[in-house]
Amino acid sequence: MEIVLSLAIGVLAASGIWLILRPRTFQVIVGLCLLSYAVNLFIFSMGRLTMAAAPVMPRGGFVDPTAYADPVPQALVLTAIVISFATTALFLVVLIASRGVTGTDHVDGQDREP
Amino acid sequence: MMEGNLLLILAGLPFLAAAVASTVSSRAHSAAAWSSGLILAAGLAILAVLRGSLQNGEILRTTLRWVPSLGLDLAFRMDAFVWLFVTLVYGIAILVLIYARYYLSPSDPVPRFHGVLMVFTGAMVGMLVSGNILMLVVFWELTSLVSFLLIGYWHQGQAARDGARMALIVTGIGGMALLLAMLILGQIAGSYDLDRVLAAGEVVRAHPLYPLVLVLFLLGCFTKSAQMPFHFWLPGAMAAPTPVSAFLHSATMVKAGVFLLIRFSPVLGETQLWFFLVTGTGMATLVLGSLIALFRHDLKGLLAYSTIGHLGLITALAGIGSNGAILAAIFHIVNHAVFKASLFMAAGIIDHESGTRDMRRLSGLMRLMPMTGSLAIVASAAMAGVPLLNGFISKEMFFAEAADWHNGTWLDNSLPWLATLAGIFAVAYSLRFITSVFFGPPPVDLPKTPHEPPAWMRRPVEFLVLACLVIGMLPGLTLGPVLNQAARAVLGRNLPYKDIAIWHGFNLPMVMSLVALAGGVVLVALSGARIAEGPEGPPLLHRLRAQRLFEKVLLVTTWRAPRFLHDIFGTERLQPQLRLAVLAAIAAAAVALWGSLAPSPQPLGNPLDPAFAAMWLAGGACALGSAWMAKYHRFAALILLGGAGLVTCLTFAWLSAPDLAVTQLLVEVVTTVLLVLGLRWLPKRREEIPGDRLVAAHLRRFRDLVIALVGGAGLAAVSYVLLTWPLVPNVGDWFLRNAYKEGGGTNVVNVILVDFRAFDTFGEITVLAIVAITVYVLLRRFRPAQESLDSFKTASPEETAQLADALLVPSVIMRWMFPVLMLVAAYLFVRGHDLPGGGFSAGVTLSIAFLLQYLAHDVRWVETRLTVLPIRWMGVGLLIAGLTGLGALVFGYPFLTAHSRYVTLPLIGEVPAATALIFDTGVFALVVGATVLMLIAIAHQSLRIARLREREQAAEREAA
Repeated sequence: MEIVLSLAIGVLAASGIWLILRPRTFQVIVGLCLLSYAVNLFIFSMGRLTMAAAPVMPRGGFVDPTAYADPVPQALVLTAIVISFATTALFLVVLIASRGVTGTDHVDGQDREP
Repeated sequence: MMEGNLLLILAGLPFLAAAVASTVSSRAHSAAAWSSGLILAAGLAILAVLRGSLQNGEILRTTLRWVPSLGLDLAFRMDAFVWLFVTLVYGIAILVLIYARYYLSPSDPVPRFHGVLMVFTGAMVGMLVSGNILMLVVFWELTSLVSFLLIGYWHQGQAARDGARMALIVTGIGGMALLLAMLILGQIAGSYDLDRVLAAGEVVRAHPLYPLVLVLFLLGCFTKSAQMPFHFWLPGAMAAPTPVSAFLHSATMVKAGVFLLIRFSPVLGETQLWFFLVTGTGMATLVLGSLIALFRHDLKGLLAYSTIGHLGLITALAGIGSNGAILAAIFHIVNHAVFKASLFMAAGIIDHESGTRDMRRLSGLMRLMPMTGSLAIVASAAMAGVPLLNGFISKEMFFAEAADWHNGTWLDNSLPWLATLAGIFAVAYSLRFITSVFFGPPPVDLPKTPHEPPAWMRRPVEFLVLACLVIGMLPGLTLGPVLNQAARAVLGRNLPYKDIAIWHGFNLPMVMSLVALAGGVVLVALSGARIAEGPEGPPLLHRLRAQRLFEKVLLVTTWRAPRFLHDIFGTERLQPQLRLAVLAAIAAAAVALWGSLAPSPQPLGNPLDPAFAAMWLAGGACALGSAWMAKYHRFAALILLGGAGLVTCLTFAWLSAPDLAVTQLLVEVVTTVLLVLGLRWLPKRREEIPGDRLVAAHLRRFRDLVIALVGGAGLAAVSYVLLTWPLVPNVGDWFLRNAYKEGGGTNVVNVILVDFRAFDTFGEITVLAIVAITVYVLLRRFRPAQESLDSFKTASPEETAQLADALLVPSVIMRWMFPVLMLVAAYLFVRGHDLPGGGFSAGVTLSIAFLLQYLAHDVRWVETRLTVLPIRWMGVGLLIAGLTGLGALVFGYPFLTAHSRYVTLPLIGEVPAATALIFDTGVFALVVGATVLMLIAIAHQSLRIARLREREQAAEREAA
């Protein structure tokens, strides 16, 4: 499992980095989404991989923490998902507005001389 | 106990005066002066009371507990040395207040002057009575900050602004050095308590870090007390109003540096290094300062450099550090404060009444202002060290110390010569001041006709000059006991009582004094005229202006260097910036992890599930595909992006994170819809972008590919290695153990979000609200590109009907889904505390319900039937969350403390009813509002364009 997830994180991150270095705004926004998947999975995996042990406990009494998945990375990633949604929305609007003002979808607002 | 309280009151009084003075009307000169003066006079009364209990070498201490858990207390401490200094500060402050009352013009704003002046007094007193060396540094910094405001009081003038900034930068840098020195010193001594540090001299001097501490400490002291080569800020600070100069640059601020030198001489002193650094710097400053003073034409400039010289003298004495030297240093601090304050005030009077401070234009003032002239002459005689005046005695003691044998080094042997040389210069500049300003022909062509100032403007000068005379004639009676006690408080030994007398017989110091007097007179007689004609500074040296050097350094470091770096590394294009950011991130990770990242000897691992691998095969292909397609096939890229997101979401579900899976799924839906809506406004991309097949473009892409591959491979390697190591027990265990007991919920992730870390969540939803409003505002002024408008055509009725038919079945289903989705949202919300779900996912679900209605029908159809006011949802949500947090305050708990219990509802059964649930309601409402606001704002753009079109067409029809 670990090797697959690590490779997945690597592929997502590489695709994301490649895209955010591209000159078209839509490429950058897709790249940011992919990069946020990679980062979210990375942060999440720092709690190690546990299966069928969601951090939802029975009521009351003492629990053995080792029997459950680490809740802290999950809480962090939950926040990260929300914030990356917000930044994606904001970037989308900036993208649309920039396209409206400059007439091009190049990230610098003007096409580079070929 | 009473003394302790009096000490606290003493430290607080100036701040009280500042509070009073800063609230008076901006023209109430008298009211401010009276209130501040009386409050300070009360301080002097307290000092008189405290004097009795300090006489036998006791130390007053009192402590206010501040942060006991960190061992941080506000410790106050006073011994005879501090008492003397505080008395000096209070006394001169009162005189300066009286003087300033007549000096300031009626239009100068009163509250700012008096308020800041009193805060400065408070900072100075606070620094003096600090019993903790960190607290001392805080007050020290406060004096630097406040002096900036005082020097820049007339901020309309360029000179005042420059002088203030320079003083702040120089003393501020020194303050940083002092802080470092104090931190290290505290570590070495094992305590930040002043008494314990003072007692740790042996340990400190033996410590390997002693040279570092010493240099840092001296940097702080030397910058503050204007020692070479940091002296240049003091003349620049003469742009301040004269009362400020008289207070800061004769009696208080610059004396803070020498105060600290003397205070810490038992700890850091008595070594060869200390002697060379301190006495060497002091002597250099003394000689050069006195020399430059002789050549200044500006009255205040002369006094400034003379101050630098006298501070050098005190520093040199502190460097010598013998019992007599410390006593002489303390004595000279007092004497210098007295005569220099009176001289500054006299110079201010001359400036005030004649309109100029240029000694070449002033002359013969004795006839026009005889009283002021006589006072100034006596004070400058004290400055020159003429017998029967106070300056003479302490200077004589300095000569005696200089002539004494200390350690036989070359510096020690040259001390008497240097001291005599400086003495000659001091006599010369004092004489030049007197002869050129007060004697000679009557002045011509002055901006104002000089005359005597108001009587009360002269009173402070009279008082100080009287003090010069009385101390000068009866030193043993007036200051003898106080000085001896102060020296004992510093050196902490049973010093023999040193009698301070005028006459010690005809000895070497006496000879040195006489040589200095005669030499000074001869120097002025021979070269006085040439000095007056020459440039403002000694020959050769005047070209080397430290101030200009400083400005040059400032210009280079704050303007040229940044510009240069910006030209090299800066760009206004996004791609190089992002590339640099990515490269920097890779480099940072590489540096941090190089060598320390090793696979675990016993790798941890879960057995591979082929289904998981197959799933990620698809997911990885989706990611690569969307990266490939994003340029020319945006819609395909979007679908593939959704595929990668879906696999991510399944991974969360697979690996025991149901909350994440739910949230990711819902957010995925909303994000995709958002992006689809945005696609409409992007340019068509039917043919290839020109230049895409050029070699340069290929090279760029290859370079970026390498960067992407390195980044991706690095992240993969890091995560794999980390995953093979077992998890160390961390805070997560605590959350798991206490989620139910403390937070009343069984879904730990949700409990963390709405209870343990609710404040973070509060911040997060605030960010969401800000983003939503920003989106809304940006889109209000949105003007689409012409290309997008051209492609916008109004559909014919037949086409509309066809489309409606095509979407009939989905639209009916979507309409029916509305109540279902509302139920799902409610379900997710209520169970959130115990099972996966919660306010956030419920909110997104509800906004998807709204969204579906928009998709199923056109915007107008929805908005005639359904009113959503997103801004209100957001506002109410934020209010609920905030008020829940504040509710905890009512019950005496910190902000956002949650209370939890279960309540039984009819039909539904037992549901968790923690206050966290109310907080979650706020989250829910805000998320609904923000998401709907963003989606609707984008969706409305088409509607706006359509309306615009209709209006245009109507106008055209009318015109036709």
